Amino acid sequence: MMKLPVKSFSLACALALTGVSNYAQQPLKIGFLGTLSGPAGALGQDQYDAFMLGIEHLDGKLGNSTVQVLKEDDQLKPDLGVELAKKLIEKEKVSIITGVTFSNVMMAVHKPITDAGIFLIGSNAGPTPITGKGCSPMYFSTSWNNDSLHESMGAYAREQGYKRVYLMAPNYQAGKDALAGFKAQYKGAAIDEIYTQINQPDYSAEIAQMQAAKPDALYVFYPGGMGVNFVKQYQQAGMLGKVPLLSAATVDGTTLPALKDIALGVITSSPYSPDIDNPQNKKFVDDFRKKYNRFPSLYAAQSYDAAMLLNSALLKTQGKLDREPFRAALKQANFKSVAGPFKFNNNQFPIRNFYRVDVAKDSSGQVALVNKGVVLKDHADAYASQCTMN
Amino acid sequence: MTSSLFFIQLLNGLQLGVLLFMLSAGLTLVFGIMSFVNLAHGCLYMMGAYFAATVYAATDSFVAAGVAAVVGGGLLAALVEWVVARRLYARDHLDHVLATFGLILFFNELARWVWGASPFYMNVPPALSGTLDILGVMYPKYRFAIISAGLIAALGCYLLIAKTRVGMLIRAGSLNPTMVAALGVNIRLLNALVFSLGGALAGLAGLMSSPILSVQPGMGEPILILVMIVIVIGGIGSVQGAFYAALMVGLIDTAGRAFLPMLLREFIDRSSAQAAGPAIASMLTCIFMATVLALRPQGLFPVKNK
Repeated sequence: MMKLPVKSFSLACALALTGVSNYAQQPLKIGFLGTLSGPAGALGQDQYDAFMLGIEHLDGKLGNSTVQVLKEDDQLKPDLGVELAKKLIEKEKVSIITGVTFSNVMMAVHKPITDAGIFLIGSNAGPTPITGKGCSPMYFSTSWNNDSLHESMGAYAREQGYKRVYLMAPNYQAGKDALAGFKAQYKGAAIDEIYTQINQPDYSAEIAQMQAAKPDALYVFYPGGMGVNFVKQYQQAGMLGKVPLLSAATVDGTTLPALKDIALGVITSSPYSPDIDNPQNKKFVDDFRKKYNRFPSLYAAQSYDAAMLLNSALLKTQGKLDREPFRAALKQANFKSVAGPFKFNNNQFPIRNFYRVDVAKDSSGQVALVNKGVVLKDHADAYASQCTMN
Repeated sequence: MTSSLFFIQLLNGLQLGVLLFMLSAGLTLVFGIMSFVNLAHGCLYMMGAYFAATVYAATDSFVAAGVAAVVGGGLLAALVEWVVARRLYARDHLDHVLATFGLILFFNELARWVWGASPFYMNVPPALSGTLDILGVMYPKYRFAIISAGLIAALGCYLLIAKTRVGMLIRAGSLNPTMVAALGVNIRLLNALVFSLGGALAGLAGLMSSPILSVQPGMGEPILILVMIVIVIGGIGSVQGAFYAALMVGLIDTAGRAFLPMLLREFIDRSSAQAAGPAIASMLTCIFMATVLALRPQGLFPVKNK
């Protein structure tokens, strides 16, 4: 791919911006970049479906402009993500990019997008470097910093008075961050920390070791298919219900359909639950289920929020995308989040609630994610102070 | 307590071992007789798991699921042999690798297309669910079922290869395929038979795995690495070697994961042991293979040549 010099790059963007404000009747182009294929494709698909549902709820418009959403699949490959972001910016001349499912892709595309003067509204990945020091005025997140889920479960374990907690995670950076985040809030004794291979299919050896250690509770971080395997094997070993299974990103809206009754009793930490009681969430969940025939996950909720956030800011600026006024309008977060209270911190990450969400039978007898109350109220991540923006 | 834990981990190792055997028996024969490198063997395992889970969901019968996985795996292997592998026997190993890597991509996309990207799901049959209490540690009954199925498959392979005419031809083929063909044996038919036998065993492994693992695209690749290690250690073409090597690899892998972090803690501080333990544990089987290759390049139980 040809590399454009920075000058013509920003010129192109400036042209794109004036183009939009001069010809308001042309549709507003928004790029959606997410992981839509591969084993983790369900996450990106949820983000995309919810974003489109948000636009549909707003009669095909954000603010008063009709929008055209251009969907790109990064296949969980950072280099491809960068290529697609450049294509969206240079060829398609989008003014806003949203989505971004995984942290490694986010780390790769964050700089090319924000440097090009394009607004990036991330609706899932929240790696620490861009939460703290590397924060950017052009980047807003409707999700959370990667540590927050684990901090929330750590706080829960502390509140429950668990004295001896056993920790398990895959042996890679996110797994280590997960256990560090948990311990930061837990403050009790972690009797053991076990790191397993990434995508390890069988956990029988580790589960036997864990049983022998007789902990009060077990905390695990096993995203995607690893979570399905782990929870199944934990249940088959007869441990579920005997030793409480605390988890983050292990059982969620995308993996629960594969587990159903098997996961009954798993305790998770989440910024969202489909049964959060507010009118906007009821409408979101009802229509999402009607349209896509499944429950929305947290990834869906965050992406729906991104659509609502963009709508609120575009209403405020009357469809104009001039940098400072639009940024100020976004910062106000003048919309009602489906997940409850929502406002932006100085690093443009939300200050929001984290809930204890259990796998339990809902009122209709179906296995579902059920909200069991707020664990961390109006939680701000620990890195905002390292961000020098206001 | 520690002795019961040791016993449990022994069972875990045995269970992984027999699963690896089901996958490596067919592959080692294909490698030994046709000198064909089949990276797509993991796909047969994956498809077997999908067949089993689909049929189980439709019929609620574990027997029907078993038939679907084993027969389906065998037929699919025959199809792969007929369409792809047969044309490549005469070619270079690099061509085998390229073609079968292409098959991996094909089957993973096919699975995603047919069953979706989300993990698919199969319940443990009620008769085999629940746990047994072994000296204070709960052990799932289903794992015993896997061990039994694996040992029965091993016995079946032994009888087939040691006691039947077909087995004799397979043994002869793994020693000197050219001579077998020269003696008037229909080597193409023999090849197809060996290939589908391997596929059926892979399907059986898929069936036994699908209640404990999430059935999803790409599930065949991580285990394929261990299977390759087993084949190299056991000696290419040797089913008996594959059996012993599979048990060794299963036990070493399990012991490494279970006891190595604990053992390291005796020598170095806790946090370094936590970091180094899993890294070294995942290397153990490879180190074992490297050692075997250095001392006995033909494998531990090679087919007796001449």
